[in-house]
Amino acid sequence: MTVKLPPQVPRLAAVFAVAIVALVAVRTALVPATFGKYGHYRAAAVDSIAARPVKYAGRQDCEECHDDIAAQRLAGNHRGLGCEVCHGPQAAHVAAPSEVTPPAPRDRSFCVRCHAYNASRPTGFPQIDPVTHNPLKPCITCHDPHAPVPPRVPQECSACHGQIARLKALSHHVNLPCVTCHTVPQEHKVNPRASRPTKPTDRAFCGQCHDKTATRVAEAPRIDVATHYQRYLCWQCHYPHYPEAK
Amino acid sequence: MQGYIYPNEYELQWGLLIVLYPYITGLVAGAFILASLERVFNVKEVQPTYRLALLTALAFLLVAPLPLLGHLGHPERSYEIFLTPNRKSAMAMFGFVYAWYLTVVLLLEVWFEYRKDLVLRAQVAHGVRKWFFSALTLGATDLSERSLRFDDAAGRLITVIGIPSAFLLHGYVGFIFGSVKANPWWSSVLMPVVFLFSAIVSGIALVLILYLVTTLFRSRPVDMPCVDKLASFLFYAMIIDVSLEMLDFLHRLYESEESIGILSQMISSRLFLSLIVLQIVIGTLVPLVLLGVTSPALRRGGVARGTDELRRLIYLVTAVLVEIGIFSIRWNVVVGGQLFSKSLRGLTVYKVEVLGAEGVAITFGLLALPLVILWVLVKVLPPWPDAQARSA
Amino acid sequence: MSAPAAPDGLNRRQFVEAALKACGAAAPLLVAVIRIPAAGGQEAAGGVEAGYDPTGHYYGMGVDIEKCIGCGRCVAACKAENDVPADAAHFNTWVERYVIADDGEVTVDSPNGGIDGFPPLESERGMLRSFFVPKLCNHCANPPCVQVCPVGATFATRDGVVLVDEKYCIGCRYCIQACPYGARWFHPTKRVAGKCTLCYHRITRGLVPACVEVCPTGARIFGEVEQRATPLARFMRMNDVQVLKPHLNTKPKVYYANLDGEVR
Repeated sequence: MTVKLPPQVPRLAAVFAVAIVALVAVRTALVPATFGKYGHYRAAAVDSIAARPVKYAGRQDCEECHDDIAAQRLAGNHRGLGCEVCHGPQAAHVAAPSEVTPPAPRDRSFCVRCHAYNASRPTGFPQIDPVTHNPLKPCITCHDPHAPVPPRVPQECSACHGQIARLKALSHHVNLPCVTCHTVPQEHKVNPRASRPTKPTDRAFCGQCHDKTATRVAEAPRIDVATHYQRYLCWQCHYPHYPEAK
Repeated sequence: MQGYIYPNEYELQWGLLIVLYPYITGLVAGAFILASLERVFNVKEVQPTYRLALLTALAFLLVAPLPLLGHLGHPERSYEIFLTPNRKSAMAMFGFVYAWYLTVVLLLEVWFEYRKDLVLRAQVAHGVRKWFFSALTLGATDLSERSLRFDDAAGRLITVIGIPSAFLLHGYVGFIFGSVKANPWWSSVLMPVVFLFSAIVSGIALVLILYLVTTLFRSRPVDMPCVDKLASFLFYAMIIDVSLEMLDFLHRLYESEESIGILSQMISSRLFLSLIVLQIVIGTLVPLVLLGVTSPALRRGGVARGTDELRRLIYLVTAVLVEIGIFSIRWNVVVGGQLFSKSLRGLTVYKVEVLGAEGVAITFGLLALPLVILWVLVKVLPPWPDAQARSA
Repeated sequence: MSAPAAPDGLNRRQFVEAALKACGAAAPLLVAVIRIPAAGGQEAAGGVEAGYDPTGHYYGMGVDIEKCIGCGRCVAACKAENDVPADAAHFNTWVERYVIADDGEVTVDSPNGGIDGFPPLESERGMLRSFFVPKLCNHCANPPCVQVCPVGATFATRDGVVLVDEKYCIGCRYCIQACPYGARWFHPTKRVAGKCTLCYHRITRGLVPACVEVCPTGARIFGEVEQRATPLARFMRMNDVQVLKPHLNTKPKVYYANLDGEVR
């Protein structure tokens, strides 16, 4: 049985067909050529991003010409620093050494960014109080930035362990020098991670002042070391730098 | 700013224009669902609003892409969504769903509904108007019984296809938000469903407002059974919508996930006005009470008889409050999702501009524009029941 | 015979059949719209630096919380290297400071992303722990930002770096919403999405990212996730590492050692 379609259908079909064909043609013309090559993106974009200019040359490039300074730095405490932390991005200088001169920060404010005391820094990082530590003097007067050995080996442990020192200063252990409990080899002040101070290893150590039979430090609180929570070491509960803390 | 937010979160990315888009598509979907009530589910009482609902849906759909284009960083590249849509992205389906809905559903439906009127108008018009209306008929001028029955059957089929299409048109927007696992305010299975039901609520309320207002301006008698029926559908839809939102709320409170702290803070501080006052009290509770009091069940029971005038007034006020409430829902979802930090530790503020590309002025303009378009459409394709009777 | 037929035309069933056939005819066309490889458009030829094979690499990064001193040099170097807008709302990388009090209260701050370091704490009283956490794009192996981009303007390269195609991005900002880590931002003048590129232009030339280059304490470690002889491999062997927000299954490739549970 032949079916005679109402006139609406062929007319509508024609309109839709024209629209779809036009859309497909436009789409074919407009989709970027590299789209879909490696995934649902324009592969040429990867190339244009990879072609962006480099601003920081990287320390290997500096070392090619400045190998003496590099050797000096690698032997000292700033061995982990790249040159451009202090001298800024210098890819331009590497490309044209005589035309571009890298800046060298000489102002105090530069060094204190890393070395000013800040309680959130990890313990053991060398920190000073910028207000009291040789005020107004540029840091480089005493410290060579490429081999920053302090002019005097730190007398006080608080130079690097500032947060502990400040906490202890508020506690009942304020008058105990750090060496009371920690034996500190000289080497530690020069090579901190290689040569570590000791820590007490047994309850009897704290008992020297805190046992009921002890005779030192009359005002220290007394307990019976033999029976007071005998399965634990003292510092498992009491923080030695701030024993008041609960 | 309060607490801690990631530095990149200082600037809100999706503002008023993105609040507007789901609001507008919600109106489209809701108006169309209302139209389908008559066409597919044979709810005879709402017949007077059928054509108006269709034209309303069309007018708002034409405006729907504008807030999106206005918001894009590069609207001139927006065609890329047709060229290389990412099949994994819910947003990518916008172009296709929109094109499908505009052409295959709405335009076709309007065309089939009005073809006879267009042919008749082309016959009596002269000059440019004759050319204009003839063009709109696409040359299909056959008005035989068979052709007219085909129009009717086609319209019904398209409406049947149109209902899930309307669900998709607005539901995918809900999915765009609901599928973002990074955002605990948005990420929810219920999001597309809540979006859809609030869309239905706003669409019915809009057609109710437009019908009442246009009938008033045309000094015609209001068809009270129609309006009563619209109000009762609005009531039922609101009950479902409220239930879904309460379910979401209770679920969040019960599970008490990590985000509950910052979200509660956000609701009680940044979103107090828009959520508690506008969305819940003014936009939901008050309309529910008003509709409940005038609902047929209670009227039969004699709780609130009232005159026709009083009921019309209550319906109009209720519908306006509902529209405000649904707009607040969109605001609370879109802006609310960006007012708290993904670190869950802080809140920020949204500084709304008055003028400017995403400002209040543009928003009002984009809300007024569909009404202007509707006015034009109504002149070209009159939807009035009495006009229909005249041209028959 | 089925439902009453019109005298000389379709009944309802025949109409539906015809309609379905028309859809069936249109469907391949629609599929073609999405799948047809393009013939047009002009693209520059030439790839990454000659000799670089992306399939031979898969990059990641390590961060050692115990080494970070919060100096912020990485933040400044990144902005200089990658032309990131200088204001306080756009960062490829930033540093956060966490202060955990004795009562468990956590305070986090990041003044201007940490680019000028951190001011001293108002008070150290009642402080239990404090530390710095550098943050950056995690270059996830299952990136939610790539998943949501409607046009394919952001993508993961074959060597594991998530990038943004600035010429193709339409600026819809969906990717910025989808990133759980706040790593993306919107460029105010280019009006496209911006983010850390892992200094792709450097690593494809054998350099390290700028942030890694300038970090004075070696808190940032750059390397390959899959090969065995890179700094990152050693870092992952010698440390207990975590990633941020593992429950979201984004499979981040930035691995943190000594990460505190309070970090989000």
